[in-house]
Amino acid sequence: MFSSCADPKSLEGISWLLCYLTSGKHIDFYWSFLTVFVLLAVTAPAALLFGFGGAMAARSHVAPLRWLGKIYTAMVRGVPDIVFFLFFVIALDQGIEWMTHKIVCPDWTEPIRQGLEFRVCPEAKVPPGDAPQFWHQLYGFALAVFTFAIVFGAFAANVLYGAMNAVPRAQLETAEAYGMTHGQVFRRVLVPQMWTYALPGLSNLWLILVKATPLLFLLGVKDIVYWARELGGSKTQAYAYPHPDWRLWYFLFLLVAYLCMTRVSEIVLARIAKRLNHGQATAAGEAMRRAAQ
Amino acid sequence: MSCWDTVQAYAFRSLGFGEKLLPKSDFTLCEHFTLIGSGLIWNIYFGALALFFGFFFANALALAKASKNSWLKKPADWFIFVFRGSPLFIQFFLAYSALVMLPRGGIDILGLHIPTSWMTSAWAGALFVLFLNTSAYAAEIFYGALQSIPKGDLEAADAYGISGWSRFRRIQWPTMLRLAWPAYTNEAIFLFHATTLVFFSGFPAFQQRGDALYYANFFADKTFNPFVAYPIVAFYFILLTFALIYGFGLVNRMLNRHLPSNIRSRIRLRPQLVR
Repeated sequence: MFSSCADPKSLEGISWLLCYLTSGKHIDFYWSFLTVFVLLAVTAPAALLFGFGGAMAARSHVAPLRWLGKIYTAMVRGVPDIVFFLFFVIALDQGIEWMTHKIVCPDWTEPIRQGLEFRVCPEAKVPPGDAPQFWHQLYGFALAVFTFAIVFGAFAANVLYGAMNAVPRAQLETAEAYGMTHGQVFRRVLVPQMWTYALPGLSNLWLILVKATPLLFLLGVKDIVYWARELGGSKTQAYAYPHPDWRLWYFLFLLVAYLCMTRVSEIVLARIAKRLNHGQATAAGEAMRRAAQ
Repeated sequence: MSCWDTVQAYAFRSLGFGEKLLPKSDFTLCEHFTLIGSGLIWNIYFGALALFFGFFFANALALAKASKNSWLKKPADWFIFVFRGSPLFIQFFLAYSALVMLPRGGIDILGLHIPTSWMTSAWAGALFVLFLNTSAYAAEIFYGALQSIPKGDLEAADAYGISGWSRFRRIQWPTMLRLAWPAYTNEAIFLFHATTLVFFSGFPAFQQRGDALYYANFFADKTFNPFVAYPIVAFYFILLTFALIYGFGLVNRMLNRHLPSNIRSRIRLRPQLVR
């Protein structure tokens, strides 16, 4: 990075540390924070969408759809979430390859599962075997994001389902009395009102999501945990910057970074709650009205 | 090898008894069920002990947080914030890398020799982290319950001349526990779920003695087929969740036994307490 860092062995003290912390691998480490933020930015709306779909399905009048919705919302309750993380990443990968296999090579006669192997025709590999490393990483990341969205969608579906049921029945009946159709009641009355009931659950979910991001490491993505382990491990004299085992300090840094992230989230969410509770016929809204008087 | 032979060979494999080598090929359903079930022993061990010790510490923390003395309140606030605000995964990594740095040979304090090597093993180190973590989460629940004890109960206690320790023991604490119990049940369930992280977070599985998810991952890696091993873990954990709900439900009934049936609190499973 700096020209003075050309010969790290000759450096000492602060200048050594400065050069060390701006070495190429450390820049990669700092960039991997971006991975976490991208994951959060993509997963949060996607999970909300999945959750919305799940909650709508669970309220559906069509029985099979309702069962599907109920199973989706119930699945995260009894089973640890990392089981789903580990499961979906492989299952999705195999599912995608199996489908492309069916489309691309219909003449393939050998069985796909041969003993301990999962073998599709070479054209059906996703991404293609000769693709550059970047595409493999991107594909892995996309799978991880999708997995996160499925699992957190189930959590969000729980919250939204509860929120939809919490909207006072009288509001919906009034809307019906005005002659609105089911769809209109849903769009114009239920959905705008449910957010204030959903917010506590959704804020909780956001904090959980923030705290679940290190699990990206388990899904094989080079995230901050990967780099902290990589950089923190003891380095011999063969390396440019030899040092003993510093993983403790790297993980301490990650811990503090996460504490900052959750703290900032809490402050922002408290503001949103204040805004949404304004003028609502709930305990929180009533407290705000009293305080304003 | 019949299924009974497999059970005999692998039922306590996670504790180091029975067959040394894990199965290599031709994995049967029986082997899946036995080994993963054997790993579940560790999940129950971590969950049960962390929950038991954490219960007492959480009570102390909740009281400290509710205290007016800032020497008690501030440390409790910080402890709860640090453990609830950061991912358990990072806490495991941090604890492991901290424990590894202890001197290998042990520490000598005042002529006492304390060996340190056992602390880096999962059964001690991970249990300690889980204990601190669940204490923080439960303390927040207990603190919330302590704040929502009906004013009338305390006034009634005053009117009867009950004060100090006996007021706490006979009025405040039982009410706090009753109010906190449904949320605490959730915390217990998700603590058991969190125990699956242990062997994925730095703590080594010595001689391949791991927990349920460790063995499921082993099978899925070997067979490259996630559709058998992971549903089996899911099955075991659903059973465990039901058992927990049943057990905590019994306690809940006892805590609510003096109330008329229409205002008793019921345990509802809300998956909002994952860490």
